[in-house]
Amino acid sequence: MIIVGERISVIAKRVREALIKRDPEPLKELAIQQVQAGAHYVDLSIGPAEDDGEELMDWGVKVIQSVVQAPICLDTTNPKAMRAGLKAHNNTWGMPLINSASGEQERLNTMMPLAGEFGAEIIALTLNERGIPAMAEDRCVIAAEIMGKALECGVPMENIWFDPLILPVAYQQDKCKESIRAIKMFQELNDPPMKTIVGLTNICQGAPKELKPLIIRTFLTLLMYEGLYAAIADPNDKELMAVIKTTDVLMEKKLYAHSYLEM
Amino acid sequence: MAFVVPKETYSGKIYEVTIGKGDKAVTVGGENTLPFLTFEGEVPNRPAIAYEIQDIAPDDWPATVANVYKEVSSNPVTWAKFCQDTLGAKAIALRLIGTHPDRGDASPEAAAKVVADVLAAISVPLIILGSNHIEKDGPVLKAAAEAAKDSGAVLGKAQQENYKTIVAAAAANNLRLVCMSQLDVNLAKQLNILTTQMGFDKEKILMDPMSSALGYGIEYTYSVMERIRLAALQTNDPMMQTPMIADIGANVWKAKETAADIAEWGDVAQRGITWEATTGVSMLLAGAELLVMRHPEAVAVVERTIDELMQ
Repeated sequence: MIIVGERISVIAKRVREALIKRDPEPLKELAIQQVQAGAHYVDLSIGPAEDDGEELMDWGVKVIQSVVQAPICLDTTNPKAMRAGLKAHNNTWGMPLINSASGEQERLNTMMPLAGEFGAEIIALTLNERGIPAMAEDRCVIAAEIMGKALECGVPMENIWFDPLILPVAYQQDKCKESIRAIKMFQELNDPPMKTIVGLTNICQGAPKELKPLIIRTFLTLLMYEGLYAAIADPNDKELMAVIKTTDVLMEKKLYAHSYLEM
Repeated sequence: MAFVVPKETYSGKIYEVTIGKGDKAVTVGGENTLPFLTFEGEVPNRPAIAYEIQDIAPDDWPATVANVYKEVSSNPVTWAKFCQDTLGAKAIALRLIGTHPDRGDASPEAAAKVVADVLAAISVPLIILGSNHIEKDGPVLKAAAEAAKDSGAVLGKAQQENYKTIVAAAAANNLRLVCMSQLDVNLAKQLNILTTQMGFDKEKILMDPMSSALGYGIEYTYSVMERIRLAALQTNDPMMQTPMIADIGANVWKAKETAADIAEWGDVAQRGITWEATTGVSMLLAGAELLVMRHPEAVAVVERTIDELMQ
């Protein structure tokens, strides 16, 4: 399974300070740690960054790719910053991943053309102006609209990664199963199957700290059973990576060997 | 409507391993598709065949194959030169069978001298094979590795029970390595992991899934090799992307069909040669990149087959 390393996020205090001060060291350290632990993409979350987004994204992309040979998941709602990131990105190790478009017209109309222009991969959240639909079927309707827009913008279907949006089990227990169903149904929208991705940590929001890791791991296993393609997660969570590797082995995605956890 | 050949694309690719050095070095592997599917992917290198020789004159080879070498096989150096210069061998596999406790028990030092002498006499790549005695192979291959330092030779075979000494010897002397497991795809992966964890470069490993001869479980070997190759290409498993070696001569010429003079089975010499050629071609189709063979006529048949399949 594809792992998008989530640790370079504006939400984390240390990262936020580094972004403000343009201190490259924390970003480099986190990028190296995540890629060494098996991350395929490094997420760079700068938030909306309304004042200096372009310059900040350009700086962050270059800092990260100066130390790791991996593509970057460009995480911002600011279209100008997104364009700056796409421009700065070194595509030697894979195309950048736009995080994200959605079924909201404004976001769709700004982000999807960028994916077309730069040949980038793009995460598409299946929500619209009315929010996140309760039922998987309704999320598929939004997905279909997004696919239509992608066609218009010349974005190939295999570049779209659908995110059904995970809601916390502590608050919306009935939505967990819908997200799992959505993962299965998204894939059926195309042949070859559409790619899927989730931000895992949402599932345990509001739950007691000691339960969080267990909830995340168990939920991920269920999603992987339905064919989840990628997860935004912490690759330095060894137990989580062990669960991913074991599920891959049990689903015959990887060949078993006694030391499979160490690879 | 014209027939369109269905094509698969794979995410994985086999490592290229170069054995020997200089202009006679041989590179195998590098393909990103199943054997010989040149229309589907890249197959940059043709499979190679090494002629098997021994440190002592063979007393258990059937006449068909022993007679080819009877003038030269009393001395491994003359034997090696005969293979290289007269038969046109592109690589030579030296089996140190005389070090086996039941076959003369030659010392590691004696084995190292044979290796050094053979290396000095040939310019084609050398594959150094122990006697397949778990305990004795350790010290023998360690001494042999030192004698072959920086020659680009291949050292083998490291097995689960003795890999540590042999892997360390290959690493210390900058050699390539054969890792052999016993017909088990999971154990093959495990041994490659353990070898790599010792710091050995995975791109210098040749995997021996333990080959067998036609009529003696070859279909089992075949399916293990197929599974290894599919894991390498389809699931992009870096531990399975090493080229494979099939050490077939020793198995083929042990089979009774290659030695028994039974009239209704046809001419024994022709039968033996065909047996080895058929086994060799089968192993190539299963994914082997390097064969160890004995009879020059069987080698010729396999080379012709490779020519045709590589077109």
